[in-house]
Amino acid sequence: MVELTLPKNSRVVEGKTWPKPEGATNVEELRVYRYDPDSDANPRIDTYYVDRDDCGPMVLDALIWIKNNVDPTLTFRRSCREGICGSCAMNIDGTNTLACTCGMDESKGAVKVYPLPHMAVVKDLVPDLTGFYAQHASIEPWLKTETPEPSAEWKQSREDREKLDGLYECILCACCSASCPSYWWNSDRYLGPAALLQAYRWIDDSRDEATGERLDNLEDPFRLYRCHTIMNCANTCPKGLNPAKAIAEIKKKMVTRQL
Amino acid sequence: MTDMPARQRPISPHLTIYRLTWTMVMSIVHRVTGSALYFGTLLFTWWLVAAASGAKYFDTANAFFGSWFGQLILLGYTWSLVHHMLGGIRHFIWDTGRGHGPERQTLARMTLIGSVAITILLWAMALLLRS
Repeated sequence: MVELTLPKNSRVVEGKTWPKPEGATNVEELRVYRYDPDSDANPRIDTYYVDRDDCGPMVLDALIWIKNNVDPTLTFRRSCREGICGSCAMNIDGTNTLACTCGMDESKGAVKVYPLPHMAVVKDLVPDLTGFYAQHASIEPWLKTETPEPSAEWKQSREDREKLDGLYECILCACCSASCPSYWWNSDRYLGPAALLQAYRWIDDSRDEATGERLDNLEDPFRLYRCHTIMNCANTCPKGLNPAKAIAEIKKKMVTRQL
Repeated sequence: MTDMPARQRPISPHLTIYRLTWTMVMSIVHRVTGSALYFGTLLFTWWLVAAASGAKYFDTANAFFGSWFGQLILLGYTWSLVHHMLGGIRHFIWDTGRGHGPERQTLARMTLIGSVAITILLWAMALLLRS
């Protein structure tokens, strides 16, 4: 359901301003969403100052610097720090992206850091992605075949392999789904851009033999057709992929298979 | 949900913090104009019913639409109609799988620019014909 305001327990209040690093001449301000599940307090925005001369250039570098030097309770996910694992997906300056590939210099003024939008927050910048992963599992993201297995690998022509470019690179960081207003209001029934791009990755795979079954599973007013081409997914994807186009291709397949 | 949170987890901020994009705003406007068209079509129906109900009723309806307030509503109705139509064409293009590259922002922008331009053109023509 469309809800324009946040429920009472989710309203964000002004938090603490942490001291500036002593002796630092090149300081960056970060305003970071905090939520402590062990207290009864509402989420808050804390202000931190990072010494740029002692810290790497990316927002993730700044968050790690804060955790090491200012506030060890600051909680966030991170792993590869090079844009391939998708762990540090968050909302930076109003757009979902990976903190590890987003430079602090890209911000005008303070860097504003929130968890992925319209998600249940576990702690600070860590959202609960249980539903998101379940949706990915529901599209059955593996090769399905009926013909007898070949003695070697399943072959694919160069051209057919090229069709998967722009699809297979998805790292399931959830930036796109959490950017989609349609997903915000209907994440319980709409699969969202990430799961649908993944679905198309298998629908368009020349080796897969379950195309009809896959399309049947998506033919639903909510699971597929809640996409209203708002295009936030394509605008925000940190890997430069285009879930909106993949969804349009699925919709096209729905029509052309009836002809 | 496998783990039980101590209390209801908060929902992270969304609309209030998300940076607006052209495609996003045009999607919202498409919906708003679509809803406005229901209201405008009601008024249009009222005008037709008044025309069928005799000169007296027709004069009342015409007086309403001739007033500055009525004209303002008609101007809004024209723009909503044109904007929603251009938005529909844009969605049609996207549904064919075209226009998904960076040009998607241009398409969204063209919807607004085009609807304002066509509305001005229509009203200019109407006012010229009337005078």
